[in-house]
Amino acid sequence: MSASVSTPNPQPTPTSTPQPTPGPALWRPVFGCWVTVYKRTWLGSVFGRFLSPLLFVLSMGLGLGSLVDKSAGGVGGVPYLHFVVPGILAAQAMWVAMGESTYQVLGAIRWNMKYQAMLATPIGIDDILLGHLTYVAMQVTGATAIFVGVAALFGSFGSWWVLLALPITVLTGMAFAVPIFAFTATQEGDGGFNILFRFIITPLFLFSGTFFPIDQLPAFLRPIAWVTPLWHGVDANRSLALGSPDLVGVLGHTAYLLFVIAIGGLLARHTFTKRLVV
Amino acid sequence: MTDPDSDLLLQATGLTKTFGNFTAVDGIDFAVQRGESFGFLGPNGAGKSSTMKMVGCVSPVTGGVLRLFGQDPATHGPQIRARLGVVPQKDTLDEELTVQENLWIYGRYFGLSRSEVRSRATELLDFAQLEDRARSKVEPLSGGMKRRLTIARSLISRPEILLLDEPTAGLDPQARHALWDRLFRLKRNGVTLVLTTHYMDEAEQLCDRLVVMDHGKIVAQGSPRSLITEFSTREVLELRFDTDDHAHHGDAIAGIGERIEVLPDRLLVYAEDGDAAAAAVHLRGIQPMSSLVRRSTLEDVFLHLTGRTLVD
Ligand SMILES: Nc1ncnc2c1ncn2[C@@H]1O[C@H](COP(=O)(O)OP(=O)(O)OP(=O)(O)O)[C@@H](O)[C@H]1O
Ligand SMILES: [Mg+2]
Repeated sequence: MSASVSTPNPQPTPTSTPQPTPGPALWRPVFGCWVTVYKRTWLGSVFGRFLSPLLFVLSMGLGLGSLVDKSAGGVGGVPYLHFVVPGILAAQAMWVAMGESTYQVLGAIRWNMKYQAMLATPIGIDDILLGHLTYVAMQVTGATAIFVGVAALFGSFGSWWVLLALPITVLTGMAFAVPIFAFTATQEGDGGFNILFRFIITPLFLFSGTFFPIDQLPAFLRPIAWVTPLWHGVDANRSLALGSPDLVGVLGHTAYLLFVIAIGGLLARHTFTKRLVV
Repeated sequence: MTDPDSDLLLQATGLTKTFGNFTAVDGIDFAVQRGESFGFLGPNGAGKSSTMKMVGCVSPVTGGVLRLFGQDPATHGPQIRARLGVVPQKDTLDEELTVQENLWIYGRYFGLSRSEVRSRATELLDFAQLEDRARSKVEPLSGGMKRRLTIARSLISRPEILLLDEPTAGLDPQARHALWDRLFRLKRNGVTLVLTTHYMDEAEQLCDRLVVMDHGKIVAQGSPRSLITEFSTREVLELRFDTDDHAHHGDAIAGIGERIEVLPDRLLVYAEDGDAAAAAVHLRGIQPMSSLVRRSTLEDVFLHLTGRTLVD
C-alpha cells in the first residue's frame, strides 16, 4: 500500500528549476486568502448589509424625519430624509470598517496565526497589510453600494451626484480601518475593542454631523468633529447627495481622508512589524 | 562571500537571539550541507524554536552571522524564504478552510499560478495520505493528519531546505511513525532537513548529524552514534528501589560500572556490559525492585552533559 504512494520531487537544483521570485504583487494571494474565508460566510453577511440601510431609512429618515419636517420644516430647508441618509451612509462605512478591522485582525495575529503562516513565505508585512486592507475596502465598497441602492429606492437622495459619494464613503471607511488595524496589532485581547467602540466610534456616530449639523454642537466640541474622519465623510456625502456640491470642499475632505489613511498606514506598518517580527 | 550555488546551504557563526535582557540563543555555530539531515536536540526552553525562526528568516538575528544559500536574511529575507519550507512548532493551518484550500492558498503565497498550485496540491495530498479528506475542513482532523497537512503545505514550493520544529510533538506513537515514514521519503529524495526535537528516538531516527542545545548553547555535536560513543557507555543498567529517595542507594553501588547517575525515581549504572554490572550489584547483596539492561541513547548523552533529563 505505502509503496504506491508518490513522493514529491526532491528539491530542484538551483540551476534546473527557476524558483518563484517574490514579486511586488504578493499582496494578491493575501487578498485571495481573505476572499476564500469570506466565501464560507458571505450569505449571512450580505443579508445584514441589506437590512442595515432598510432599518436606518425607515427609522431615522422616514420615522424621525416626518417629525422633524413637520415641526421644523426639515434642516435648513432640506427634508430630513435627504439630510440624514448621506450622513448615515458615511457612518455605516465606519461601522463596517470597524467590524472588519478588529476581531479578524487580532485572530490572525493571536489565534489562528494566519499572518505568521504568511510571513514564513516570501510574503512581507506590506503585502499582508495591502492584501488584507484591500479585502476590507472590498467589504466597505459592497456594503456602501448596497446601502446606496436600498436607500435610493426610498427616494433618499436628491441627486445623481450621490454616485460620487460612493468612493468618498469607501475612503471614509478606510480612514477608520487603517488606523484600527494599527491599533489592533497592539492589543492582547478584545478589551480594547470595547473602549474603542464606546468612547470613539459611538460618540463619533452621534456627534459628527450625522444626525444634526455640527453648528448645533457647543463651540469647543466642533474642532473634534473636524479632526475625526467621519465628519469629513458626512459633509462631503451630504454636499454631493443634495445635488449642488461644493466641489472644493469635497476635494478638501477627500484630501483629509487620504491623509488619515496614509498616517494610519505608516502606524500600521510599525505596529504590525513590532508585533509580528520578533 | 559564499557562492550561492555551493553545497553549504546554511551557516551560522556566533548566532545570538535576545529578548530584552534574556538570551535565548547564545552564540551558536553550525553549518548544514545540501542533502544533510541536521537536528537540534534539547529540552524545553533550550532555544530551538528561536534558532529555527531566525533560520526561517521570520525572526531578526540579534547577533552573529547567519547565511542561507550564501545570502543574509536581513537583506534577502523574501528571496531566501522562497526556497524554504517551514513546519512551525504550532500548526498555522486555516482551520475553517478545507484541506485542499489550505494547500492552494499557501502555494499562491509563493507566487505560483492557480493551475500549478492545484496540480502540486494533488500530488501532495497523495504524499500526505489525505486524498480522501481533500474537501473536508481542517478543524476536525486528528493531530497527526494536521501535522501531515502542515508538512505537505510546506512542500508546495518544492523547497531546498525543509525546517521542521518539533514535527511529532504531542502525537501518539502510530502517528509519529507515519510521519517519520514521510520524512524518510523526503530525505531519501535528497531534501535537506533541519529539525528540532526533544525526543531522542526521533533524533536518532532522522538526523545524520545533530547538536545538543541547552540554555541557548550548543553543548555537544556529532552523529547520534558518535555522541553516544563519546559521552556514554555501550549499555545502561537501570535500577529501581522500593523507596522514595534513591540517592542513598547510590553509595551502596558506587564503583560498579564506569559512572552512576542518580535520578529521583531510578539509578543509572553506565557500563560496557550491563549484565555484568547487574551481577556485581547482586553480589553485593543489593535487592532492587527492578533491574533492566538497555543500550545507551541520546537521552543518556544529554543527562551526562547537563545533569538533567530531556523530557520530564
Ligand atoms: N518572543 C519572545 N519573547 C520573550 N521570550 C521568548 C520569546 N520567544 C521565546 N522566548 C524565551 O526564549 C527561551 C527559548 O525559547 P524557545 O521557544 O526557543 O525554546 P525551545 O527550545 O523551542 O523550547 P520548546 O521545547 O519548549 O519548544 C524560552 O525561555 C522562552 O521563554
Ligand atoms: Mg520550541
